[in-house]
Parts: sequence; C-alpha cells; structure tokens
Amino acid sequence: MELVFFIEVLAGGLLAGVMYALVALGFVLIYKASGVFNFAQGSMVFFAALTFVSLTERGWNFWLALVATLGVMVLLAVATERVVLRPLVNQAPITLFMATIGLAFVLEGLSQLLWGSQPHGLELGIPDVPMEWLSQKWNVNISQFDLFAAFIAGALVAVLALLFQKTRIGRALRAVADDHQAALAVGIPLQHIWAIVWAVAGFVALVAGVMWGVRNGVQYALTFVALKALPVLILGGFESILGAIIGGLIIGAGEKLAEVYLGPYVGGGIESWFAYVIALLFLLVRPEGLFGEKHIDRV
Amino acid sequence: MLYREAGQFKSTYAEDQQIFPIRQDRIALAVFLAFALGVVPAIGNQYWLGALLTPFLIFSLAALGLNILTGYAGQLSLGTAAFMAVGAFMAYNFVLRVPGMPILLAFVLAGICAAAVGIVFGLPSLRIKGFYLAVATLACQFFVLWALQKYGWFSNHSTSGVITAQQIVILGYPFDTPARKYLLTLAVVAVMALAAKNLMRSETGRAFMAVRDMDVAASVIGIPMMRTKLLAFAISSFYCGVAGALHAFCYLGTVEPEAYSLDLSFRILFMIIIGGVGSILGSFLGAAFITLFPIFLNLASTWVNDFFGVEISHAVISNLESIIFGGLIIFFLIVEPQGLARLWQITKEKLRLWPFPH
Repeated sequence: MELVFFIEVLAGGLLAGVMYALVALGFVLIYKASGVFNFAQGSMVFFAALTFVSLTERGWNFWLALVATLGVMVLLAVATERVVLRPLVNQAPITLFMATIGLAFVLEGLSQLLWGSQPHGLELGIPDVPMEWLSQKWNVNISQFDLFAAFIAGALVAVLALLFQKTRIGRALRAVADDHQAALAVGIPLQHIWAIVWAVAGFVALVAGVMWGVRNGVQYALTFVALKALPVLILGGFESILGAIIGGLIIGAGEKLAEVYLGPYVGGGIESWFAYVIALLFLLVRPEGLFGEKHIDRV
Repeated sequence: MLYREAGQFKSTYAEDQQIFPIRQDRIALAVFLAFALGVVPAIGNQYWLGALLTPFLIFSLAALGLNILTGYAGQLSLGTAAFMAVGAFMAYNFVLRVPGMPILLAFVLAGICAAAVGIVFGLPSLRIKGFYLAVATLACQFFVLWALQKYGWFSNHSTSGVITAQQIVILGYPFDTPARKYLLTLAVVAVMALAAKNLMRSETGRAFMAVRDMDVAASVIGIPMMRTKLLAFAISSFYCGVAGALHAFCYLGTVEPEAYSLDLSFRILFMIIIGGVGSILGSFLGAAFITLFPIFLNLASTWVNDFFGVEISHAVISNLESIIFGGLIIFFLIVEPQGLARLWQITKEKLRLWPFPH
C-alpha cells in the first residue's frame, strides 16, 4: 500500500513535471538562439491560450482556431523582433531580460484588453480522470490526461530535435546560438532567424497554453506557470532542450514527494517555493545547471 | 544649470569633496528641503500627503535599496518586496513584543532583520550570476511570503495574516495625522538617501561598482568578492526593510503578506529602470513616475469621458496601464538606458551653456 502510494505520487509528480517542461522548452529555444532570457514566455502562454479559447468559443473549428492562433503568434514574433530585439542588439543580457519583462506586461494587458479577463474552460475531449485499467490492476491512479500531455511533450521534443538537427533553418539556428558574429559573417540573416525562433517559441507556448488551459482553465493565473518553469530551467541549464525535460521531471517529482512526505512537518503549502530550493541547492554544486554550457570567465 | 562653479575656490580637501560642490546647488537643495519640510505639510491636504507623497517617499527608499544592489553592485534581484515584508512584519513584532521599544529603534532592528534575510539569500550570488541569481532571489520572494502566512507568530496569530501597525509615538509625541506621518517618512528617507549618496562615493561604493562592471576583474585587483557581494545584499535589504516598516506604519497601517507580492518587486524594478539604474536621484524620479502615472491615467480617462463622452471602464484602464508600463520599459531601455536621471543630467549640461551654446 505504502509503495503503491509512493509510486502514485512519483508518477503524478513526473507527469506534472512534463507540464512544467512544456513551458520551459519555450524559454530554452529563445535562449539558445538569441541569448535572451525571455521572461515574457509565461505571458505568451497566456496570450496564446486565451486567443485560442476565445476563437473556439466564437464557434471556430478546433483546427482553424489553432492555425489562426499560430498565425497570431508568428505575427507577434515578427513584431517583437522588429520593435524590441532589433534596437537592443549588442546590449547587455540583463537589459534584454528587463525588456522582456516589459514585453510580458504589454502582452498581459493586451490579451485581457482584447479578450476580457474572465476565466475560460477548455475541453479537448480527453477527460482528466484516472486510467481505469491501471487503477483496477495495481490500484494506481494516473490521470489519462497527464499521459496524453506526456505524449504531446514527447512529440514536441521529437519535432524540435528534427527541426534543429535535420533542417537548414535548424543549422542556422545552431550557428547563431554558437556565435552571433560568426553566423553573420557566413551570411546567416540574424533577424530572420530571431523572428523564426520566436515564432517557434510562440508555437510551443500555444501547445503549453492549451495543455495547461485544459488542466487549470484559461485564466490570468496561467502567467504564473512560467514562474514554476524557472526552477526547471535553471536546474536543467538554459541551453539544453534535454535539460528542460529532465529538469521538469526532477522538479515535478521532487515537489510532489516533498509536499506529501515533508509538507506535514512544516505545515504544508511548500509547493510554492520548494522547487526553487531544489534548484538553488543544485546550483550551488553545478552553477550552470545539469546540461548547461560551462562558462569560463576571463578578464 | 544656469550657473556654474566659476569664482568658487576650494582651499581644503573637504571642500573639494563635498557632495554638492557648487554653492547654488547647496542653496537650491536647502530651499527644496525646507519647502518639503515646512511648506508642504501646511498646504497639502490629506489626500496629497497620505496617498501620494508618503507612498512616493517610501517607494523611493525601496527603489534606492534595490538600486544599491542592482544598479551599483550589479546583482539583479526580484525579491525586493520580500525584504520589505520582512521589515514590515518584524517592526510590528518588535513593537508588539518588546515593551517600551522606541519606534525608530524598531525600524532599525527590522531593517537589520531584513539585512540578515538578504545575506542568507545573497549567499548563492557567490556561486551564480545573472539570470540564475535572479531566479534565486525569486526563491526568497516565495519563501518569505509563505513563511509569513504559515507561521502565525509573525502576525500575532491573526486569522488572515493581517497585521495592524501600532500607533507611532516618538518621545511622547504621536505621529497620527497624514501630515505628521509624512514628516517622519521624509526625515527617515532624507537621512538614508544622504547616507546612501555618501556610501556610494566611498571605498565600499567603488568596490560595488567594480563588481558590477566585471567581477572577475574586481577580484583580480583584490576586492574581496564575498564581503562585497554580501555587503551589497545586506545594505540593500536594510533599506528595503526600513522602507517596508515605513510602508506598514506610515502608509497602509493594516497590511497582509499578499501586499508584498512579486508584483511589487517588479514595480520597484521598473522604478529603477525608468528612473535610472545606478543613480540615487534616479530612484526618486522613477518612484515619482510610477506612483503618479496611474493617477494621471485615471485623470486622462475622465478627460476622455468629458470630451468624447466615452466611458472607459476600470478594467480597461488597468489593462492599458500595464500595456503602457511595459511599453515605457521597452522604450526607456532602447532610447535612454540610463533613465530619467540621465535626462536630467543632459538638461543640466545643456542649461550650463544656454543661451550661448557656441
């Protein structure tokens, strides 16, 4: 019984971790290609989910709404590159980071201005209920929807890996990530690449937003999901897609286990900060995260 | 400015190193302070003093604290509101639990508690930098609020975690009206701003700036990294803690932990970006801007209502406010990364030559 319970908590945590990883992926993409730590990723998730759900509620077909939202996210990416990133080329990373905080505020205001601030429910036709055969056979409760989310995340990572490894754009992205100046020197158009990578991050945000929207409803609180993705990010390392997934799993599992086994001793509710503590302890040992690139400082 | 230092000779080192080397600057500052201390409380009404000037001063102090850490020592922090919360709740507890505790001493002790928390959460800064550190300070933000809500001791076991600040009495003189609270706040802020200005001109301040500009180089020339970074965290959190105590005692009166959410941390960060990163004056300008802007926006909406007959709902205004804030942040970062303080400096330089610029 004890073991079954442990497995259930662990599995629940791992699957919740996959959901965090979905959001963290968007951060990693942008960081890899432009060295920008995009604080607005959470707002992009919110914006995408709200646009999507508002379109479907206005009677749009599911796929049509998905494509339309994707179009909006691409437009947003192009606009961001043009208005925010291009004038700030060669500025300190901290400046760019603060600019994305500004962008986050703009997006939050804009999405609620356009679509209103009331929460929406979202249904994909996959019920958020425990899998029957699992609970009957081993008495383990694992949500069907969680497994679906894990599958989606896996598919997304596969697609992104293909994009990065096997296509011309992917090669250009990796080149830009390695060295802006060298990439420019061999004729890679930096600005197009940035627009593309922000658009891809917008797509990831859309997927994450839809998944989280089904789980918690599409509402303003969705922007806080990004804050949950930050420990995942620093644990896995900013530059690694694999790191985002593994970091998500560790954080998700650690958080749930701590809440269940450690929580009662300190009065519960430790989920809000425990992830940060795991990540912090980790950073003290490996300051660049699990799979991040090692930085060598020179004077 | 319209005047310059011509004809004012310095014959001692002390004279040469004073904060305001030009006599007109000193006079202007003295007049300004006298105005703020003597005239403003007399002519200001309750709304102006209690709802505008006092919060402006308090947020200036918090922004000043963040500016010491982020602007001078280069360590990005997203936990400012948490340090303010520590200050507010500890000041409340000191006054509550220690009989006969003088209120100013309680403020100082609360600031020291905040500094201790700052040092603990600043420890990771020795190993990690930049964004990683920003995320580490987020841990502080969430942890402190959780602890304040979870442990009833901090709020004297009030059911909702709300504290009601005690009455301020200094040497038998009660500070109970908005005007008196404003005066107390002004005095504290003025003294601490002066201290900060001097600190940043000292060896400590120069060490902070060296760490900001390049910490490896700073440690190579012999600046002790651990002491400097932790000192920056301690001083910054001390300022934020005192600001938090003032926030609870002189401004809100009744505070819940939720008042010190991440949102407040961001607002204070915005103050220093708009005002000027690494500038004492900038902290004040930024705080003034961020405090006054929503009020201006509300006014503007009533004007729109009067002229065009279009009713703008409250929700729309708050959304517009966040769009405009975000837009302004981006605008300032692109156009004038040094903020309003730099604009003021440019104006002064232009005025020095005006009206004969050639």
